[in-house]
Amino acid sequence: MKIMVAIKRVIDYAVKIRVKPDKSGVVTQNVKMSMNPFCEIALEEALRIRESGLASEVVAVTMGPSQCLDTLRTGLAMGADRGIHVDSTSALHPLHVAKILRNLVQIEKPSLIILGKQAIDDDCNQTGQMVAGLLNWPQGTFASKVSPSSNHPGFKNQAFAPTMWWGFPKDKSNMSQIGKKEYTHGTMKSLIGVVLDKEKEEVTVDREVDDGIETVQLKLPAVITTDLRLNQPRYATLPNIMKAKSKPIKKFTPQELNVEIKSDLEIVEVTEPPKRKAGVMVSSVDELIEKLKNEAKVI
Amino acid sequence: MVNRNCRATLRLVTLINRQGHPHPPLSSSPSGIDACWKQLQRNNVHGEHKIVSFFSPLASSLKTRQWGVNIQSRCYGSASVLVQRNPKFSKLNDEDVRYFEGILGAKNVIQDDEKLITANTDWMRKYKGSSKLLLQPRTTDQVSEILKYCNFRCLAVVPQGGNTGLVGGSVPVFDEVVVSLSAMSKIISFDKVSGILVCEAGCILENIISFLDNEGFIMPLDLGAKGSCQIGGNVSTNAGGLRLLRYGSLHGNVLGIEAVLADGTVLDMLKTLRKDNTGYDLKHLFIGSEGSLGIVTKVSILTPPKLSSVNVAFLACKDYSSCQKLLQEARRKLGEILSAFEFLDSNAMNLVLNHLEGARNPLPTSLHNFYVLIETTGSDESSDKQKLEAFLLGSMENELISDGALAQDINQASSFWLLREGIPEALMRAGAVYKYDLSIPVEKMYNLVEEMRSRLGNDANVVGYGHLGDGNLHLNVSTPQYDDKILSQIEPFVYEWTSKHHGSISAEHGLGLMKANKIFYSKSPETVKVMTSIKKLLDPNHILNPYKVLPCSSIS
Repeated sequence: MKIMVAIKRVIDYAVKIRVKPDKSGVVTQNVKMSMNPFCEIALEEALRIRESGLASEVVAVTMGPSQCLDTLRTGLAMGADRGIHVDSTSALHPLHVAKILRNLVQIEKPSLIILGKQAIDDDCNQTGQMVAGLLNWPQGTFASKVSPSSNHPGFKNQAFAPTMWWGFPKDKSNMSQIGKKEYTHGTMKSLIGVVLDKEKEEVTVDREVDDGIETVQLKLPAVITTDLRLNQPRYATLPNIMKAKSKPIKKFTPQELNVEIKSDLEIVEVTEPPKRKAGVMVSSVDELIEKLKNEAKVI
Repeated sequence: MVNRNCRATLRLVTLINRQGHPHPPLSSSPSGIDACWKQLQRNNVHGEHKIVSFFSPLASSLKTRQWGVNIQSRCYGSASVLVQRNPKFSKLNDEDVRYFEGILGAKNVIQDDEKLITANTDWMRKYKGSSKLLLQPRTTDQVSEILKYCNFRCLAVVPQGGNTGLVGGSVPVFDEVVVSLSAMSKIISFDKVSGILVCEAGCILENIISFLDNEGFIMPLDLGAKGSCQIGGNVSTNAGGLRLLRYGSLHGNVLGIEAVLADGTVLDMLKTLRKDNTGYDLKHLFIGSEGSLGIVTKVSILTPPKLSSVNVAFLACKDYSSCQKLLQEARRKLGEILSAFEFLDSNAMNLVLNHLEGARNPLPTSLHNFYVLIETTGSDESSDKQKLEAFLLGSMENELISDGALAQDINQASSFWLLREGIPEALMRAGAVYKYDLSIPVEKMYNLVEEMRSRLGNDANVVGYGHLGDGNLHLNVSTPQYDDKILSQIEPFVYEWTSKHHGSISAEHGLGLMKANKIFYSKSPETVKVMTSIKKLLDPNHILNPYKVLPCSSIS
């Protein structure tokens, strides 16, 4: 079974964003770019599914100018088997991305598409849903965690020295924290947030929604978008970086895929949110009422 | 708990001690900072005598005098010299407090017990003074008035910044007046073209870093304590930190300081010039003098531009000689982009993973003996990454490193740094810790750690980590509680070993109170004599930070 993961190159999450003086966008010159955090989580999930033996191949797809190859290389260094780069210098909005993905699916024929729920630069949260709509596939969005069982062998693999010294009670709070799962090879299904059932060709997804957790069961092929608490992405280790250099990257253009990049959205203006004003001390209740009435106009 | 090989005077000490105050037994209380602290509080030193060490050759002459009745328990943690309160310092009285209130206003004259406890105790909770007064001046003139008065009245003064020092140099020993620079925290000016920043001494390092970040510059020094330490303290102690490898020490980066001498004279050497060869460059005296020659009130510092491409790699090596060879290779292959080279051993790694939340092992698949963190800073993202990757893959082929991970974004880079910067905090949480900060030639550096391990055996956890690129080892011995038996195994062996290998007993932490009488392990008597005469010249009444830095015998 093949899994396709879409990854996006965005401004690094920890960078302080600055708006361009002409208000046409944000400053991207000389700013550190990296993989969208949700896409990292999506790729990590795909890798875990493959490592549990339920998938044979993970293909990473990225779209954009040639600099996106850096992000694709990161994806390959994390463990993806192949990369696809759709080269385009024009701005790609979610609908374009969704159409390109649909056409790629007809070439690659994956059974599962995993994407991040949204990109941190545009916060659209649309691509996954649009892909599912265009392909007429079921979707499980905002996939989040499943509580792991506590007698899990996966918890033992941190590199602790086997001898305990001082007879101190070892601080186990680290291990029982949700979200600090370390991944081992040959792990059980319950470590994965998304539970795949190969025989029945179904996938069970726990979705984090506003009023709690909703569990859905989707028939494959399906689209999943990942939310923050699904897993903790792995680091790119040197042996994998070395292997990534020889992994194939196929190149496409939107024209080859029969998708017309016609921009029907125009960004009129980008401004910073208004700076928070300092509070005002009032000296009496009457003054407070007067301010609420006349300045804030709430009573 | 007393070493039997002590001198006769020491036996006298223990005799009197046993008659006077029976030492509370070092019970096996649960580990953890609070339990330790409660026990340490019982060993609190009051009165006029403080036994600080048993082994200094200089102390024996002092000990025979003035035994007196008030022998209190020893200073816990690190033992040094018997320190007596110098009787020539006056005691604080109400008139003094009123005078200070007149200069500073009542709000900045603090006698409140809670705030005094914080000011009297150092970060490691090893040293506790008994000062009754905390002053918070807001301008240099106020500092000058305070010192003029204290000099006239012969009141001892301790300048205090962020109080994050590790050798007890920032807290009073007895009842010295604490002058805190925290209220002087303005950034005065910043020149965007040259990158020269002028600010007051009380600015917290992290605040300066965020201010500079907005302007596209960085501070040339960076340390784990940046959230609390102040630039005045950094300058006064010549703090080293993580970026010394790339940007050099503060002696090179500080362009000017404004300091107030003990008699209240304000020395305005606050130039913003890169080059100024007019006369003797006095600011270097104050940089690293730990507040004993003058109080630094303003600093002008040259800041390097912030380069866009920062890459961090976390590597594993199987033995110490590979770490050394890796350093040599890194210097050659990474050359101008190398900005930090730190190492930690497996004990340090385990401590951090066990005691710090949010610490995650990037190389969990197997146990490694040594870990190295390499940071590169450059202007071109793709070429830097290529260089670093080529270097790392080459080192892996040459078997210098057995495994490694490369941070792909800023969050991953911070999590790698957390593993290295979080070691001091993890050590604090693990119980009691004896800290040593030594400069040793790189080839021999780890031999000391291994020798300490064989000396202490199973009694203590010996942890070695540090700035391998600068030849600076942070040797830490972690035990459940402070124990003199263990201390006697460590000191003076550590100092003698370092001295034998022509190293420094204090690479960046300074001498403070902890190593006040140890200077002879690293400096010749003639040098110390000249230092003493400079101290006499600038501070004839010895009111600034007494009992610290220079040996007490030379002062009196």
